[in-house]
Amino acid sequence: MSTPDHRPLLRPSTLVIYVLLVCFGLLTLLPFLWMICASLKSKQDFYTSQFLPPGDGLFGVAWDHLSLAQFVRLFRELPVPRAMLNSVFLASVGSLLATFFCAAGGYALAKFKFPGRELLTTLILGTVVLPGALLLSPRFETLYHLHLVDHYLGIFLPAVAPAFGLYLFRQAMVNSVPNDILESARIDGCGEVRIFFTIVLPLIRPMISAYLIIAFIALWNDFITPQIILQSPELQPLPVAIFELKGLYAADYNLIMAGTLVSIAPVMFLFLLLQREFISGLTSGAVKG
Amino acid sequence: MKSSRLHSPWTPWLFLAPFLLSFGAFIAWPAVRSLMLAFEQTYGPKTTAFVGTANLRFLVHDPFLWTAVGNTIVFTLAAVVLQIPAALGLALLLNRSDLRGRRFFRLVFFSPSIVGLAFVAIMFSFMLEKRTGLINASLHHLFPAWNPDFPWLDRYVMPSLILAQLWLSAGFYMVYFLAALQNVPGELLDAAHIDGAGAWQRFWHVTLPEIRPVLNIILLLVVTGSFQLFDLPYLLYNDTAGSGPDNHALTVVTYLFQTGFRSGDLGYASAIGWMLTLVLVGFALIQRRLARAEES
Repeated sequence: MSTPDHRPLLRPSTLVIYVLLVCFGLLTLLPFLWMICASLKSKQDFYTSQFLPPGDGLFGVAWDHLSLAQFVRLFRELPVPRAMLNSVFLASVGSLLATFFCAAGGYALAKFKFPGRELLTTLILGTVVLPGALLLSPRFETLYHLHLVDHYLGIFLPAVAPAFGLYLFRQAMVNSVPNDILESARIDGCGEVRIFFTIVLPLIRPMISAYLIIAFIALWNDFITPQIILQSPELQPLPVAIFELKGLYAADYNLIMAGTLVSIAPVMFLFLLLQREFISGLTSGAVKG
Repeated sequence: MKSSRLHSPWTPWLFLAPFLLSFGAFIAWPAVRSLMLAFEQTYGPKTTAFVGTANLRFLVHDPFLWTAVGNTIVFTLAAVVLQIPAALGLALLLNRSDLRGRRFFRLVFFSPSIVGLAFVAIMFSFMLEKRTGLINASLHHLFPAWNPDFPWLDRYVMPSLILAQLWLSAGFYMVYFLAALQNVPGELLDAAHIDGAGAWQRFWHVTLPEIRPVLNIILLLVVTGSFQLFDLPYLLYNDTAGSGPDNHALTVVTYLFQTGFRSGDLGYASAIGWMLTLVLVGFALIQRRLARAEES
């Protein structure tokens, strides 16, 4: 609703705004730039220069001091490729399952009347106030009894029922699935499962893509759950693997920075592709419109 | 409702079943179990004894817990005072439809939110280092009087955590403010302008009341999130299991995690967790009541 005619209202010099934006933007990006430079430099150059090492190359930079050696090391000598595959597997399967479970559950809560619906909704949404750490050990106990410790199922099964996801899908169902369509489909004799897949899911496509990426990034970044549930080093995803690498090679700044960059890059890329869906999904819970 | 006769009463349960199975086993049951544990003492994995309110009584006199509470409150206050104005400030700067590169800047400010906490901890452990770290080196470069050996991580534990969290979440909350600001009716601002209200008055009397509901939600998110601060100090001070030098990084949830997973006293850990839950629920209820009173 930002009409162009209220533009002249807020006219402190536009220049000031741009200067502020550029300053804050630089402050935000500087850590990334610093890390990129550090990952390309030798350890000696890390101690003597803040960003790029000075030299007699173009712009006074010693370009020949920079190399991709640390990245090569990560992928040739260290178990990073395996950790990356683990991360891709965990985050993609987990986010697909969570999205499907939340969509089906949200549909049931939003579009059916059944005894106990209000109570169930309140109970499920009420659990968001529980601190995650409180549930960690009893959950570990359950997984232990189910023989799911050190198994990917031990991560998937608990991760696929997030109350926040159910809430988002319930909202999306209320807002974008009209009751008349469901009723006429039923009158036409369409089965419930078919209605869900062919009518309901296409109507909430924006929420599906938004939640897929929200869940993917959350799973990709999770550290505590895999660290507790998985014990074999070869099963660990990137956050645990890189963190352990830091313990082993603490003095190899460039190596650890390269490892961190390699772990951040895939989700950054995904976010750049789908940023609109991601942000609208996040804010749809709190802001109407 | 007429539609309820067209489908079987089992249909909604069919759709809910996958979610409920996982929810029941890994959220609802652990919640009940932890509530039971709060009244028990655990010795190792097998032996437990019912101790009634002993855990709760111990909690009141536990100096470590109160250290953790103090640290958590300091962090939460700083988060409210710094993150919310920073997020709102960025959103106000970006809230102009004629701004070029608006989506680019929004992307830039939001980008730290994508970075996982393990990676944020790694980044800041390097950035906050003496002499070689980006922060000391830059400050010394800009202000030569700045001590390049300023001991951020050793002596200024809370400022380090607050700084990392500010970088991480200002852009995250900005997105919510931006969405709210875009719903402020332009006609209202126009009318205020015609009535001679300055930029500050328009913000205070028109914009702020309009975005109040979102401001309340963000306050709730920041306070409940900060009260549960755990991953960042746990990872940044991993060598001391998150306690940091002289327990300066110890938060309530870190202490909960340490008692549960390190010392194996699941009963006491659960008691801490449920006390925290009560505090958070209490805060949420008070805040909602205040927000309601304001509206009416």
